[in-house]
Order: sequence, then structure tokens, then C-alpha cells
Amino acid sequence: MTKKIKNLNLNFGPQHPAAHGVLRLILELDGEIVEKADPHIGLLHRGTEKLIENKTYMQAVPYFDRLDYVAPMNQEHAFALATEKILKIDVPIRAQYIRVIFCEIGRILSHILNVTTQAMDVGALTPTLWGFEEREKLMGFYERVSGSRLHANYFRAGGVHQDLPQGLEEDIGEFCETFPKIINDLESLLTDNRIFKQRNVDIGVVTKQDALDYSFSGVMIRGSGVPWDLRKSQPYDCYKQLDFKIPVGKNGDCYDRYLCRIEEMKESVSIIKQCLSKMEKGPIKSLDGKISPPSKKEIKQSMEALIHHFKLFTEGYRVPKDEIYTAVEAPKGEFGVYLISDGSNKPYKCKIRAPGFSHLQSMDYLIKGHMLADVPAVLGSLDIVFGEVDR
Amino acid sequence: MKNLIDLEKKINSELTTKINRTEIKHNQIYLETDKDDLIDVVLFLKTNNDTKFRQLIDITVTDYPENHQRFEVVYLFLSHEFNQRLILKYTIAENEIIPSITSIFPGANWMEREVFDMYGVSFKDHPDLRRILTDYGFEGHPLRKDFPLTGHTEVRYSEDQKKVVSEPVKLEQNFRNFDYESPWEGTKYIKEELDNNDKKN
Repeated sequence: MTKKIKNLNLNFGPQHPAAHGVLRLILELDGEIVEKADPHIGLLHRGTEKLIENKTYMQAVPYFDRLDYVAPMNQEHAFALATEKILKIDVPIRAQYIRVIFCEIGRILSHILNVTTQAMDVGALTPTLWGFEEREKLMGFYERVSGSRLHANYFRAGGVHQDLPQGLEEDIGEFCETFPKIINDLESLLTDNRIFKQRNVDIGVVTKQDALDYSFSGVMIRGSGVPWDLRKSQPYDCYKQLDFKIPVGKNGDCYDRYLCRIEEMKESVSIIKQCLSKMEKGPIKSLDGKISPPSKKEIKQSMEALIHHFKLFTEGYRVPKDEIYTAVEAPKGEFGVYLISDGSNKPYKCKIRAPGFSHLQSMDYLIKGHMLADVPAVLGSLDIVFGEVDR
Repeated sequence: MKNLIDLEKKINSELTTKINRTEIKHNQIYLETDKDDLIDVVLFLKTNNDTKFRQLIDITVTDYPENHQRFEVVYLFLSHEFNQRLILKYTIAENEIIPSITSIFPGANWMEREVFDMYGVSFKDHPDLRRILTDYGFEGHPLRKDFPLTGHTEVRYSEDQKKVVSEPVKLEQNFRNFDYESPWEGTKYIKEELDNNDKKN
């Protein structure tokens, strides 16, 4: 008698702690080996692009916080840069430094979350507890500068919303002194840990060619040995004046990507330090009254400022007809905005290029032939956040 | 090629009639082609040693409902070797089926699915053309300009039927779209009048 053996279809998610959000994975299993993975996404789809088309340029900024919600300001940066390029306005140097500081804080926020939760997915709980204490401090900086811990709405076309409050520079500087010790502590728990290595080395290997073909970016492509970072290759704001290194992996597996993220955090700390030492007093947003709102004091004294204020918060500013693609190196990879303006006060189209979308797409290719228990490890090292994948 | 102008010349001389228009703007090259030449152009851009646009960044569509050729399909490419970005475009009418480039760039799979979902543009030879971002059983294509912002249906859990039901959208107050554009400058008729006055003077 012959027995028929059928593959098992397993529904992973949409509510699964290791899915990092609302991912539904349909896995086809042969025993414990994954034969096929079909990710179903869109459970967090909010129609961000449609909403942006119906909002003025200034009202569109908060939507970017809600994409990759573990590193909000990096997203705002891409949109601010796109608008600035079309408007052809310059950003004051102090604003550029502030923006870079907060982008790097965002990078650390995102990498702490990813590294520690990836460790949790493969069985280590302590890194999460240690790492989240630091995230708490960083979100405190977010709150002090923008009034909110997550949805900052702080970057504007032409600069930032307001200057750093008193004492914040010193506190960020202090954090930069203490944080490297925490990274070392995390490393002492994970880098040479036998279990962590067994779960990550040679898992989810991406070759150089496949990284290119599958539109990978960020750590996913650097982990495979392609030295590509937009902060170096297509520098924006003041990255040109800063000195930092780009860590590149060798084997393209989950473990190399983990190492890249750890090194990137160290580089981010050094970037923040450099910014703090180079920063001087000065304006923090464009001086053009047609773009940047006036201060409260000016409104009380000047008729023109009052008119500007009123016009900016009802009509908004108009952006000349143009189209542009601008990308920034977000913590997860290349985050881009393809903006089409039609001369009115609202974008005609705003396509958001989220790095996680391309990364998650390769799930089937990455996981084929691996064990079921490797699914969370691979998913963790892809660094997926559903806010940006589903938009 | 590292130099944008040389690159533009090279593309024009190699692809000649397949390229309708080229432009350099914001340090990027904008190309316009036709639907039928798409595969040839993309293959050339990817494989030629002077272009090497080996990474597809994104695919999207812009909707101009007033045009006869309603949709403009946009491909964004990146070349790591030469540090260049390229934007490739062509226009199609509604209901036209366009070739898929998944065989050249496997990463195009989900991007094309998203375009299909959001704009209702179909791809020929796509391995798996399903909706991707919208709900199971969703109708319509949300990013088309004639799709209302509030949508057509809303879902809720029905206590009577013990399941999630979808119903037409009922709003307490209709969605209002205010035109804040200043009547002093910006509105069309004033602009036209101003222009006419300028001409007279």
C-alpha cells in the first residue's frame, strides 16, 4: 500500500508576536521544511498616498511619521528634501545639523528595536530590556524637541519647526558618552553567544546579485557586501561635512546584518557627536516668509507676519509644477518620495518608496528550504515595520 | 557613465527611435518611451556597460483622467556603479495591458501588483497578478483620481449576523473639500486677467 503525503499549509499570523506586526504568511511545509512562503500584506493599509494628495504640503508631514513608526523623522526628511528641491530653497546650516542629529537618533532607535527583538525572536530576553531603556531616553529627546515621543511632525520644508530647547544639546552629548557602553553590553550578550550564532549564521543568505535584483537597500544590501549608502554616495543636508564609516558585511546572512546594525549604531553616535561640536547658533528654518511661519512675537508686532501666518495655515504654500524623486538612507534602507506637484497647494501625486516592501517581497526566496523555526529569524533580520510596508 | 550629459547622448544614440524624449532635471535623467519598446529599453539599461542601471527602485503610475492616454507609467532605476538615477515613463490608455518586467527584475513582482491594485493597470506575463494592499474582495482602484477619498464601502462587525459585514459608506456629514487657494493670486481667472493686462501694457 502506498501512502500519499501532502504538504501542510500553515497560517502564520496576522496576530503573531514574531511577525513584527500584522503580517499573514501562508507557509507550505514539507515536514519542518518550508517549501513556499506567500506573505499577505495590507492589513495596515491606510491609504497614506491618497490622503496626502488631499492635504497641503505642511499637512502631509505627519503622515510620514506613521510610516516607519520606529524612526519617524527619517521619513519626514525625505519629504522635506523633495519639497525643498522643487521650491529651490536653502536650509540654514543649524537646521541641517539638527535634522541630521535627529535622523541618527532615529537610526539608533530603529536599530536598537531591531537588534533586540531579533534576539528575542531567537530566545534571548535580556537585550530587549536593556535596549528599551535607551530607546526611552531617545524618545525623551524626541519629546523635548517636538512635544511628542513618536509622531514628531518636526521637520519642515526649509528647516525644522523650532529650535532645540535649553539643555537638550548637553543631554544628547551626555547620552553619546554613556550609550557606547550599552552597545558593548548588548554585544557581550549576543555577538559571541553560541545559541544566537547557531540561529543566525548562514540563515537567510542573500548573494550580491540577488540583493540587486530584488531591489534591496540599506543593511540588506550592505550585509551582502555591496558598499552602498546614500549618506555617502548621494549626500544630502550636511552629511558631506561629517566623517563616518559604512560597515559592510561579507556573507549576507542574518548574523552579518546584525553586525552591520551594531556597527552602524556606533557610527551614528560619532555622527551625533560631530554635529553637536560643529553646530553654531543661527536660524533653524528658511527665512522666506512665504514658506516658513513667523514666530509668535512677530505676529503680535507685524501686519505682514500676521498675514503670512494666516495664509500659511489656511491655504499653505504653493509649489511650482515639477516632478522629482528624492531618497534618504533611512535605517531600513532607501526611503524615497516621488513627488509630482502641479502648481497648487497640494501634491498631485506622492508615491512613497518604502524599503521594507521590497525586502518582504523576497521572503519566499529567502526562506525556501529553511526550517520553520528560521522564519522568525529571517523575518527579524529583514527589519520589517508594517507602517511602511502597507502605507 | 559618470557624466549625465554623456549618458544622455549614449542612450539617445544607442536606442534612437525607441526613446521619444530625454531631459536632465534635478541631476536625474528622464526618459520617455513607448509601451512596445519597454522590454528592449529596460534590457539595454540593465545590461549595457555604459549604463548599468541594475537596480529597479520602484514602479508607479500617475493618473491624468482628463487625458486621452490616461495613465503615465513610471519606472525608477538606480545605477550603483555610476551613481546615477533614471526615470523612465510612457503613457497608456485605460484598459491597455502592458508588459511585465518581472523576468528582468524579479523585484518588480510586488511593485506591479501594487500598480494593478491601486490603478487597475494589468500586466502581461506577470506570474501572480493579485491585489496586494487592499482588503480581500475589495472593489475599485483607490489611487485613481475619480475614486473618492472616503471610499465606497465601510466594514463593521455585525452582532446579528456574527460576522464582519461591508456596507456603503454612511457619513454623518459629507466630506467637504475646501478650496483655500487665494482669490488674490493663484485662481485661474485672476491670473489670466493679470497676464492680459501685462500684455496690454
